[in-house]
Amino acid sequence: MKVVIFSTCVVDLEFPNVGIAMTEVLERFGCDCYLPKDQICCGQPTFNSGYAKGTQRAFRNQIDALLSVDADYIVGPAGSCVAMIREFPEFMKDDPQYADKAREVAAKTFEFSQFLWRVLGVENAGAELDGRATYHRSCHMTRLLGESESPYALLAHVKGLEMIPLENAHDCCGFGGTFSAKEPEISRQMVDAKVGHIVDTGAEILISCDPGCLMNIGGRFNRLGKPIKIMHIAEVLNSNVDESRISYLKQMPV
Amino acid sequence: MGIQTSDKPLLERVKESEQDKFMQASVAKAQDAQHIKREDSRALLGNWEQWRELGEQIRQRALKYLPDYLEQFSDNVEKNGGDVFFAATEKDAVDYIEKIVKETGAKRIVKSKSMVTTEIDLDKRLLAMNKGLQLMETDLAEFILQEDDWDEPTHIVFPTLHKNRDQVREIFMKLGYEGDNDPMHLARFARKFLREYFLQADLGITGCNFAVADNGMINLVTNEGNADLTMAIPKTQIVVMGMERIVPTMNDAEILDNMLCRSAVGQKLTSYVTFEKGQVAGETDGPEHFHVVIVDNNRSRALGSEFQSILQCIRCGACMNVCPVYRHIGGHGYGSIYPGPLGAVLSPILGGYQAFQELPYASSLCGACTEVCPVKIPLHKLLIEHRRIITDQRHMQHGLNNLMMEAIGIGTGFPWLFRTAVRFGHLGLKPLASKGEVHAENFIKPEGSVKGGPGLVGGWADVRDLPLPPKNKDSFRQWFAKHKANQPQPGDQKANQ
Repeated sequence: MKVVIFSTCVVDLEFPNVGIAMTEVLERFGCDCYLPKDQICCGQPTFNSGYAKGTQRAFRNQIDALLSVDADYIVGPAGSCVAMIREFPEFMKDDPQYADKAREVAAKTFEFSQFLWRVLGVENAGAELDGRATYHRSCHMTRLLGESESPYALLAHVKGLEMIPLENAHDCCGFGGTFSAKEPEISRQMVDAKVGHIVDTGAEILISCDPGCLMNIGGRFNRLGKPIKIMHIAEVLNSNVDESRISYLKQMPV
Repeated sequence: MGIQTSDKPLLERVKESEQDKFMQASVAKAQDAQHIKREDSRALLGNWEQWRELGEQIRQRALKYLPDYLEQFSDNVEKNGGDVFFAATEKDAVDYIEKIVKETGAKRIVKSKSMVTTEIDLDKRLLAMNKGLQLMETDLAEFILQEDDWDEPTHIVFPTLHKNRDQVREIFMKLGYEGDNDPMHLARFARKFLREYFLQADLGITGCNFAVADNGMINLVTNEGNADLTMAIPKTQIVVMGMERIVPTMNDAEILDNMLCRSAVGQKLTSYVTFEKGQVAGETDGPEHFHVVIVDNNRSRALGSEFQSILQCIRCGACMNVCPVYRHIGGHGYGSIYPGPLGAVLSPILGGYQAFQELPYASSLCGACTEVCPVKIPLHKLLIEHRRIITDQRHMQHGLNNLMMEAIGIGTGFPWLFRTAVRFGHLGLKPLASKGEVHAENFIKPEGSVKGGPGLVGGWADVRDLPLPPKNKDSFRQWFAKHKANQPQPGDQKANQ
């Protein structure tokens, strides 16, 4: 099956390891991956800051770029950015040129773990990672995209990985896109609360499906001089893979 | 005090809140406790999402036909023997209430909790106009605030969330309290103290949770019963309500009361849920004179606008109880009597952008408010809508940050510009980067991280390290291009051999 990789601006600028891991996992499961070079960003940084007019070009560019390859699916490594793509039909509904395209792009875009679990029906990705980890559920992935199961389901099958529940997992880490840079005094207190809860788990590894949150929490850990290993879920599922461990769900999730 | 409680900039209020460690601990504790109570009480109803849809529909219908329902309600209040006054502004409302106070010759007023009377600054204006008038807030928390020299509320349901029992004890000692800081002893003192005021009161002022259009009744929801005494004892009662408090029928009120109590305090029902319409012939309790003041005070700005859904609000405060920003900055951080996500949306509408333009930005848009709202107000989307108006329509954003945002807008619109950014990100940020120990493994690189910079870069880097972007040759795009080039292509003879 043909899959367009929606790389996201954060991965393009900061997280090559996430893009690489995602591509390798998808190819392992038979996806023929494409990376349209004109794609940039879902438009959240400016749109969510109120620059609606200034974001129109980003929306249109992203739609054209993601549809430039005739693929079956579009898969991105960020719950928040994928949730934004899913909102495109609402943003573009009055645009005669882009309304249909926006619906098309939204209908076939999935977040990485969601795609593996819900579309490909992967139960065990074959990975092995020794360590104690905790998972940060991002707000947009859970509340806007409505996906709160796939990462937990996939992580549960990683050999050697001990997952420790995170206290107050429902509280935002304080990233919030430009919020983190515009209101640093509020954001700092939020991320400190998150860091505190993560430290309390005793986990060595922090996993998430959203590079933005990882950038925020990881950057704060580093500033505070506290040890942690930052991993995107794609990197976890791409660790020490033994293909004989791979299994598929007997019943697809609803 | 009116809507605005502080004219300090948001940053200053945030810093003050951070100093108030007791407040922060108290809010966090209340949020966590409410989380469990709210979810448990909602689970008892079953199908919470369907209840939310029903709640939303009831509120939307009330707003869609608001003029008709208000007319029906007002006709019914008059039929029941009461008077109705439509107040366009807070001044109109206060003037009218002042007139009733004068006409009745009232000297001793008791009040039950009402946000709209705080909004129109009723207490202090009445006291300023009538020397010798006695006015007592009888909701325990509002009573504490009044006796603490009119301290400002920090939550619409728990107004004294920022005070601890020792502070309350100190306030009560000024009134003659001699006991310890046990909440039960403190509450017992307040109860006895306030009882005297109830018995002597000649005028009662209450708020209104819902106003039922088809029978002209007022619905009040409390846990202390003070609202019931406020309406049962004095000869005159004045109800003050925001014009959007309307519900079409008793059935609707019953549904919303069920949702309000669970969302506000995590109870199936509060101790008192009362419907009243003034004195019934032959009864001895209830007011002989019943007045309803229906306040607009800029609510009509929202009506028919992109912000109409904020008028669906039933003032449960659940959005404050889940908000991670409210958790840290508390009610005073917002500088409005309406704090939290509700306040960040409503305050600029009622009080204008000049006073409240910073509030829509005091949110990470995490959506917890939207998720918890019992009447499905898309709160985080309304915050984005405010930001759009502030930025695109009113051009109130200036300076370096605005330029940077406009640059991001351009950079995310033109592929070649973005590719340039990917190519030169490493070199561009290198002058701002410095080497340091790596604590966040697999993220911060040994070659350094950004620890400061201008504008938004500085905002980010004040708090956290930013890894230096990879060199162009190490970017995902370069990797992918090479990776793809090495893959066997369909029809590739070599690969097929």
